[in-house]
Formats: sequence, C-alpha cells, structure tokens
Amino acid sequence: MSKGAVLILGATSDIGLAVAHRFAGLGHPVQLAARDAAGLEATRTDMALRHNVEVTTHAFDALALESHAGFIDALPELPRIAVCAVGLMGEQSENEADMERAVRVMRSNYEGPASIFGHLANRFAARGSGALVGISSVAGLRGRATNYIYGSAKAGFTAYLSGLRNRLAGEGVHVLTVLPGFVATRMTEDLELPEKLTAEPEEVADAIEAALRKGRNIIYVRKIWWGIMTIICNIPERIFKGMKI
Amino acid sequence: MKLSGWGRYPVHTTALCRPRTPEALQAELADGPVIARGNGRAYGDSAVAQGRTVQMRHFSHMISFDDATGVLVAEAGVLLGDVITAFLSRGWFPPVTPGTKFVTLGGMIAADVHGKNHHKDGSFGSFVDWIELMGPDGVIKRCSPRRNKELFEWTLGGMGLTGVILRAAIRLRPVESAWIRQTTRALPNLEAAIEAFEAADEATYSVAWIDCLSKGDQLGRSLLMLGEHAAGDDLKKSRKKRPFEVPVKSKRTIPFDAPGLALNRFTVRAFNRLYYWNGTRKAGTTLVDWDSYFYPLDAILGWNRIYGRRGFMQFQCALPLETSAEGLKALLEATSAAGAGSFLAVLKRFGAQESRFSFPMAGYTLALDFPVNRTTLQLMERLDAITLAHQGRFYLAKDSRMSAQTLRSSDTRVSDFEAMRAAGGLPARFHSKQSERLSL
Ligand SMILES: Cc1cc2nc3c(=O)[nH]c(=O)nc-3n(C[C@H](O)[C@H](O)[C@H](O)COP(=O)(O)OP(=O)(O)OC[C@H]3O[C@@H](n4cnc5c(N)ncnc54)[C@H](O)[C@@H]3O)c2cc1C
Ligand SMILES: NC(=O)c1ccc[n+]([C@@H]2O[C@H](COP(=O)([O-])OP(=O)(O)OC[C@H]3O[C@@H](n4cnc5c(N)ncnc54)[C@H](OP(=O)(O)O)[C@@H]3O)[C@@H](O)[C@H]2O)c1
Repeated sequence: MSKGAVLILGATSDIGLAVAHRFAGLGHPVQLAARDAAGLEATRTDMALRHNVEVTTHAFDALALESHAGFIDALPELPRIAVCAVGLMGEQSENEADMERAVRVMRSNYEGPASIFGHLANRFAARGSGALVGISSVAGLRGRATNYIYGSAKAGFTAYLSGLRNRLAGEGVHVLTVLPGFVATRMTEDLELPEKLTAEPEEVADAIEAALRKGRNIIYVRKIWWGIMTIICNIPERIFKGMKI
Repeated sequence: MKLSGWGRYPVHTTALCRPRTPEALQAELADGPVIARGNGRAYGDSAVAQGRTVQMRHFSHMISFDDATGVLVAEAGVLLGDVITAFLSRGWFPPVTPGTKFVTLGGMIAADVHGKNHHKDGSFGSFVDWIELMGPDGVIKRCSPRRNKELFEWTLGGMGLTGVILRAAIRLRPVESAWIRQTTRALPNLEAAIEAFEAADEATYSVAWIDCLSKGDQLGRSLLMLGEHAAGDDLKKSRKKRPFEVPVKSKRTIPFDAPGLALNRFTVRAFNRLYYWNGTRKAGTTLVDWDSYFYPLDAILGWNRIYGRRGFMQFQCALPLETSAEGLKALLEATSAAGAGSFLAVLKRFGAQESRFSFPMAGYTLALDFPVNRTTLQLMERLDAITLAHQGRFYLAKDSRMSAQTLRSSDTRVSDFEAMRAAGGLPARFHSKQSERLSL
C-alpha cells in the first residue's frame, strides 16, 4: 500500500526539513513548499537519493493569501499530512520600534499559516481524513516583554489550531499543536541557548511522528518545557509584570 | 563555546560557526584562520581551533549516485551512517569504515581513515575519485589523482590543514547482504595473535581485541575476529528473501558523566576477562548484522561519558612489520606494568601504503584507551618512546597530547608537510589546536 503524501510548508526551515526527512524515511512521498522553490532543488535531490521516495518542490508564500487555494490545487495530490513550519521571529527591539516589521511578524506567524490551514482544513474535512501539524511556540502561552510580538502571533495560531481541532474532531481530521521550547535552528543560531532546554530539529521531527501515530493533540517536545510553562503561566500578573524573564 | 574532540580532552574555547553555503564559508575564511570540523569523532584537538571552528554539518546533501558503478557524490558533512542507511538496502556498503558510523565523509578523507580491511583494500583514500576543496583564497578546486594531484594527496590525511573539503565522489562496494560471517578465535598470547593475523591475510576483515592487563606468558592474549560479507546463500531461508534487513536494536544513552573512578583497574580487568571467556565460548563462525559487527559501541550513545568529566585519550601507533612483534610486546608490557587499564585495546594489521601524510604503513597498529590522569599521561610518554624506538608513527586523529618533537622524530614526512603548508600560504588560513601544538 502506498503511503500518503506529506506537505511541508516552510521546507527551508531546519525543523521543516527534519520532519520531511523523518517521513520520507518512512516511505511517504514528500511535497516541499517554500518561497524560493528553486533553492529547494539540492534538498529534493538529496531526499530522493536517501529515501528513494518521490519528492516534489512548490513555490509558496504564506503572506500571499490570494495564492493559497491555487497552491493546493497545483499539488500532485492532496496531502495526507500537512506540516506548517513557517515562522518569523525578528528582533523584539526592531519589532517594537517599527510597526511595519511588527505586523509582518504577526502575519507570518498567524495570518499566513492560519489561511493556508483554513483551506487545507476544508479539503481534508471534505475528504474525511488528514492531519494538520502546526508548529507554534511556548512563546505564545504568555506575553513577555522580550518576545511578545512573536509570542502574540503564536498565541493566535495556537488558539486557531485548538479551534480547528475542536471543529474537525468528528470529521476524521486530526490537528496536532507543537509547542517546542528552544530548538537549535537558523532562527536561534545567534542566541546562547541552555543545552538541556534546547532540542535538535531531529528531536522535534521524532516527536511529531510519534505524536501523530499516537493521536496526541498538544506536544512540547522536551517535557521540561511543560513544567516551565506551567510555572510561568501561574505567576500572578501583578508579580509577573515586574519580572524580567 | 567550549569544544573538544570525542575524548572530551583537552577542552578549548572557540567560536563555532555553522555556514550553510560556500559563500558563507568564504566569508569565514576571509576573516582569518579556521579549522573545519566534521562530527567531532577525532579524539583530541584536531577539529578545534583557537578563534573559530567551522562546523561542516550543514553541507550534508547527497548529490548523485550511480547504480552501475557505486559512485556516490555527496557533500562533506554527510554522515557515514546516512550513506549506509540510504544504500545498503540497494546492495552497497562503504569500502572502508572506522569503528563508528557517526563520522562525516570530510572527516574520513581528512584523516584518511582505515578499517579492518586495510591489509586488503588500503585506506579510505583509495576509494575517493575526487574532492572539491576550498583553499586559503576561497577558491574551490577539483582535486583528484589526475587533477591537482599533489593537493589531493596532501589532503588525504592532511587533517583539515590544506583547506576545507566541500564535496567528494566515493566508490562504494557491492554487497549481497547486510550480514557478516564472523569467525572468532581466542589466542593465548601476542605471538599466537600475530601468527593468526599473518595466516589470515586472505580474510577481508580482521581485528583483535586484546586483554591488555594480561602478563607474562599470557601477554597479549586476545580474540581475533575475522569477517566476510555474507553472500545471499549464507543466510537462513527466512532471511534470504530480505537479505538487507536486520533486526531493529534499541539504543542506550549514557545520560550523565560517570565518575572517573568507574573505570579503575579492577573493573577493567573484570571487563577484559568477561570479554575473553565469553568470546571463547562463542568461538566459531556466526552471522552478525553489519551494525553489531562494525559499530558495537554506536549502540551506546554518548559512551565517551563513561570516563567521567576529565575525559579520556587514545594512544594509537603503527609499527613497521619488522619491529612489530618486539614493539607490540614492549607497548603491552609497559601498559600492563602501569596497571592503568585500557578499556579498549585493538590490534589491526596494515597493508602497504604509500602516501604523503596518511597514518597507515605496512605492519601492525595498536590502539589503547586511557582515562586522563597523571599516571596515564606519563604512561603515554613511555608508549611514545617505545614507538619511536621501533620506527613507528602516530595517528593524528587520535592524538591529543603528543609533542611537536615526538611527531618529528617519528615521521620524516612532517617537514615536507610543513614546507607544503608554508608555500601555499596555508598557516594563515587553516590551523587547529593540534596543528599549533605540533607546529604543523
Ligand atoms: C569509536 C571510534 C572509533 C574509531 N575507529 C576508527 C578506525 O577504526 N579507523 C580510523 O581510521 N579512525 C577511527 N576513528 C577516528 C575517526 O574515524 C576520525 O577521527 C574521523 O576523522 C572522524 O570524522 P569526523 O567527521 O568526526 O571529523 P572530526 O573529528 O570533526 O575532524 C577530524 C579531522 O578532519 C578534519 N575535517 C573534518 N571535516 C573536514 C572537511 N569538510 N574538510 C577538511 N577537513 C575536515 C578536521 O579538521 C580534523 O582534522 C574512530 C573514532 C571513534 C570515536
Ligand atoms: N527555533 C526555535 O527555537 C523555535 C521554537 C519554537 C517554535 N519555532 C517555530 O518553528 C518553526 C520553524 O522554525 P525554525 O526554528 O526551523 O527557523 P527558520 O529556519 O527561521 O524557519 C522559518 C521558516 O519560515 C519560512 N517563512 C518565513 N516567512 C515565510 C513566508 N512569508 N512564506 C513562506 N515561508 C516563510 C522561512 O522560509 P525562508 O527560507 O523562505 O525564509 C523558513 O523556512 C517556526 O514556526 C518557528 O516559529 C522555533
């Protein structure tokens, strides 16, 4: 039996790439989507060689909302699983100073991903099967001075995924929310991250594959993050507002 | 950040950069000297630089594979384990492999690694058709036994000191299954072990594990393991249909730094005894899957932590055939007398090899692991002296503490290597903590 295709939105990201390898390794055809589709060529060749599966590349811009429906129509097949690794963090200080930048971060983490998932959700529901995997962030669980532009957009995306899951629960479509803590990727390359709290992209990929197999709804990748976030979310606001974290 | 090799000794502070494109790598080079780093499996300080170390793991694309010839073209950061995962099921295996699959192709070329088949097939370099090397000026050159021949030859075994390898074409070997037919022989002492090696020169793979605490008549008692790639017909009926499938094994991880004491001479002695008797009982021919045969230690992730925080070192030398018996005896005697213990003592036979700077030479190579402490550091110096007295040389991929003087006394090729580096303006662009220590 042939396995269903896996669509990776944001396939140039380290996390998206690791997820693609994970599923290709299991024999799934993979559809790689990114803004610069031509830039995915080396990845396509590599993935096809390593895993002996069909790999296709597709141009996709999360911010070009009007193109989303057509993008899905042009895929070789409606995927079984769609993973969204699109995201943009930017510099908090710049995001604060320049509202254009702030809005771009908000749109890239929430509006764009929500739009493409909206289209996919409708088609998956019509088919009666499929899985949507949204990579959101623990940063969305509570707004902090150091990261609230990005965090608020992720909060929106997390709530959206939760709503989709609720809506589609009876329709054979599964929604998985991924809240990774720190991950060692291009996004965080210049930050000094604590080793014990930082996952490798391959760990995120393994966690996603396992969570889909087990039908889990929300995962944190490294479990310690559940604990950290539980504490952070329970600090009373009057204390929290004076804290520097 | 703090960085070391696999032995976790010595530890140095360096800035680790992770370029993703040749352009980004060129920019790093333009900023002053660096050293390339593959997967950090060299034991000492070969892949750590004062200043900046360039991690090559993002250059990890496979580019093409020719089903007819087995030639794989891939970027230097591709892991050997990934090559096996991709091509063993299609009937291809690495022609030469070190004792771990967690090495990069770039690291294998830069150290010109050897396997258990060196006496038959030579080192990894014999299976490299060409490489693409970024030189000190950022220019990428295709080097092969025909084109830029000298640069090609210096780069094999050149420990990253000739430039950064970006891509390579390597020839895999065809195999009929994922299984190895292993014959184990228990040998009472070193003499018997050498005799058995010499008698087994037709075997594709040969390696001996030595109980390095044995003394007197039993000095060098060991288990010799010979291996052949199993043909389809060697497999049981149930396996014949899927000759490339092997049972999935669980991985164990050493989660924390074990105390340095965990490996005192008593536990080492117990380990060696157990290994010896266990092997004796199983003596004879068995079928072993590729992973257990070539990479037994890979099943325990992070096993380098069992030596504790202070880390460990490996001593590996090669001795010419003429002095091997005598030299090995002296090395084992010194080790045994120090009682410093060695968790792994591995003996291999090398075939002839002509090369500019690679480690292997016709004879025997002995590798011993030691935890880092004052006694073992002193012992290593004695082992250096014994090696020199027997015209032996040292493996740079394992070295973490040798002196520049020792290296020069062991190998007349060092001055040519230095001259080549100077002529090419290489010292200003490529250096490692090791090259500084050894003044290469
Ligand atoms: C358990 C174990 C068993 C081993 N068994 C064997 C064995 O049987 N035979 C054997 O020969 N070796 C053996 N080794 C040593 C190992 O094969 C070599 O040290 C190898 O070079 C490690 O590859 P790496 O990718 O980890 O390179 P690193 O350790 O990161 O680097 C090693 C050297 O290669 C250079 N290098 C790495 N990548 C590049 C590049 N792209 N361009 C230029 N230079 C580069 C570095 O500068 C450095 O000098 C063993 C090591 C371990 C840990
Ligand atoms: N790294 C972490 O610590 C961490 C933690 C929690 C969550 N996350 C999330 O994990 C996901 C993957 O991130 P990463 O860490 O792998 O970092 P990354 O490499 O920076 O990935 C971000 C990806 O988003 C893509 N992207 C940005 N804007 C886009 C747009 N308008 N249209 C299409 N693609 C767009 C980028 O593509 P281009 O190549 O075209 O720019 C890139 O592939 C993100 O959602 C991120 O927020 C990361």
